[in-house]
Amino acid sequence: MSLKLVIRRLLFLVLVIWAASTIVFFIPRLSNRNALRERFGELARTGGFSPADLEKIIASMNQQFGLDRPLYEQYWTYLGNILHLDFGYSLYRYPTTVAELIAQSLPWTLGLLLVTTILSFIIGNLLGAVAAWPRAPHWLRAFATPFILLTGVPPVIMGILLLFFIGFRLKWLPLGGAYSVGVVPTWTWTFFFDLMQHQILPALALIFGSVGGWVLSMRGMGVTIQGEDYVNFAEHKGLTGGRIFRDYYLRNAMLPQVTGLALALGTMVTSAIIVEGLFGLPGIGTMLNLAIRANDFPTIYGIVLFITIAVAVLMTIVEFIYPLLDPRVRSS
Amino acid sequence: MSTVALSPPIEKRIERPGRFILLLRYLRRNKGLALGVVILLGLVAFTVIGLMTVDLKQAYPLSVAAKKPPSWKYPFGTDFFGRNLLAAMVVGMWQTAFIGVFAGGLGTLIGVVLGFISAYFGKWIDATIRTVCQILTPIPVLLIQVVIAGSLDKRDVTIVTMALIVVLLAWMGPTLVIRAQVLTMKERQFVAVAKLSGVSDLGIIFKEILPCLLPFIAAAFVAQVFSAVFAAFYLAVLGLGPLREPLLGNIIWAAQSQGAFFNGWWWWPIIPSVAMILILGSLALINMGLDELANPRVRRSE
Repeated sequence: MSLKLVIRRLLFLVLVIWAASTIVFFIPRLSNRNALRERFGELARTGGFSPADLEKIIASMNQQFGLDRPLYEQYWTYLGNILHLDFGYSLYRYPTTVAELIAQSLPWTLGLLLVTTILSFIIGNLLGAVAAWPRAPHWLRAFATPFILLTGVPPVIMGILLLFFIGFRLKWLPLGGAYSVGVVPTWTWTFFFDLMQHQILPALALIFGSVGGWVLSMRGMGVTIQGEDYVNFAEHKGLTGGRIFRDYYLRNAMLPQVTGLALALGTMVTSAIIVEGLFGLPGIGTMLNLAIRANDFPTIYGIVLFITIAVAVLMTIVEFIYPLLDPRVRSS
Repeated sequence: MSTVALSPPIEKRIERPGRFILLLRYLRRNKGLALGVVILLGLVAFTVIGLMTVDLKQAYPLSVAAKKPPSWKYPFGTDFFGRNLLAAMVVGMWQTAFIGVFAGGLGTLIGVVLGFISAYFGKWIDATIRTVCQILTPIPVLLIQVVIAGSLDKRDVTIVTMALIVVLLAWMGPTLVIRAQVLTMKERQFVAVAKLSGVSDLGIIFKEILPCLLPFIAAAFVAQVFSAVFAAFYLAVLGLGPLREPLLGNIIWAAQSQGAFFNGWWWWPIIPSVAMILILGSLALINMGLDELANPRVRRSE
């Protein structure tokens, strides 16, 4: 990859992050809601301090957070803060910062996301490749069909169905939470198994919800690859079916799927967040749920920005990795 | 001389089936499309009949006895807040349809207009529109919608504002699709001929190019309806919808907040989930079917 292309990609990344930050900065300021006033108004009603005090508190808060300064100055400081991932304070759990909150819940989300993305990518691509491979046994090819039918179903709904059948009816797995009530997190095997039991259903919901998309695109890709000259050539050389499938067919069909992975990241993250909320896992999704319920605006905006930046950076990384996998792109 | 009477030549009857028959035959070949259409028609029938026969007041809280499992009186049961889920489904389905068609239609319209402008006039206009689309595409749309919906005053969140929020960031897809199609269309000979014959820009757009694009626009519309329903559903599941309305996502949000499964009220989240599967499933099937129809290379012929 030429240096010029690298610079262009990085510039594009900066533009995406700038656009997202600008949208998140200006949209709340267009609305007539005032987060500070709402929060302290609530406290004033329950805590019993006078409206005059309320005004004083809000004025001092505005000064402390620089909300009394002109808009362009605020915007400038804000962009500077975003650069070192400073998203300000949580309104609800002040003085915890939003960055601290994200750091607490990120490992949970990251673990779930990583496992489910990799598993659904592998399963989906293998099933799709087999479904388009005419020499594969019939029963194996039929495996892909139920997953294709599930393509339109959002992972949250998969989650609800799994909860109903496996958690509620069969009582095989717990109905939610990160670990059983009353269990203290320790580094023991019993706790580990308890933890894993609670992760199975959310993971399955995400995998079932996203495998279908991979199956569909891989099947489409597989059909075109079969007609390629190099596959014909391999057949005429008399290579075994397994060898052709693995080295000639699967590898070439997988390549465009890697680009698809970059494009699907945003959707995967959003689904993971919502599924986490459904199961009450202590990840970013549940934090977003709580923040929405508590009208904790800085936390909502911080989470949104953080995820947007993370997705944009990951997409750029995948684009940089792609030429390493495909020599044709590297040379041109 | 005897005359030989030649019998008039037997006219060979050529079978010319009507358009409707052809459509039905196509649906028999394209089973996914047929299934999608059948499910969608079923849902429309359910909603229309429901709107006429069910007492719609029961879709709102405190109208019937609470927490009753499905029975003859309440086929879908009632929820914690005293809503009859049958009435809630009818109203929710209607609202979902409204959001889908309104947001999907508006998104497609914006996409078609911008796509045409971008491809037909080219130069810096094209560069601007394309760059904006490319920059906005990697941003997870739902999250920005969360910011918008969260910033709104709760009283301002209605079905219409939901639809508008969904549209706000959902026009990039159709814009890019239509732009690409117009670009290839523009180079065709019939457009060049029309231009040489002195047809105006608008004339070429409306009379020459637009009719050829209809299948793509139809496919883009269905895709937009799908993503609008999806986005509105996600926002509602996060508790950002109009909380009073029995929107399908809202019902799931409420069921989840009240711990429906922990308390054994299984029907509360299951009923709206099944409805959502049917809606999104039928739209996905129709979308895939239309893709095949719009792309003659893979279209199944008789």
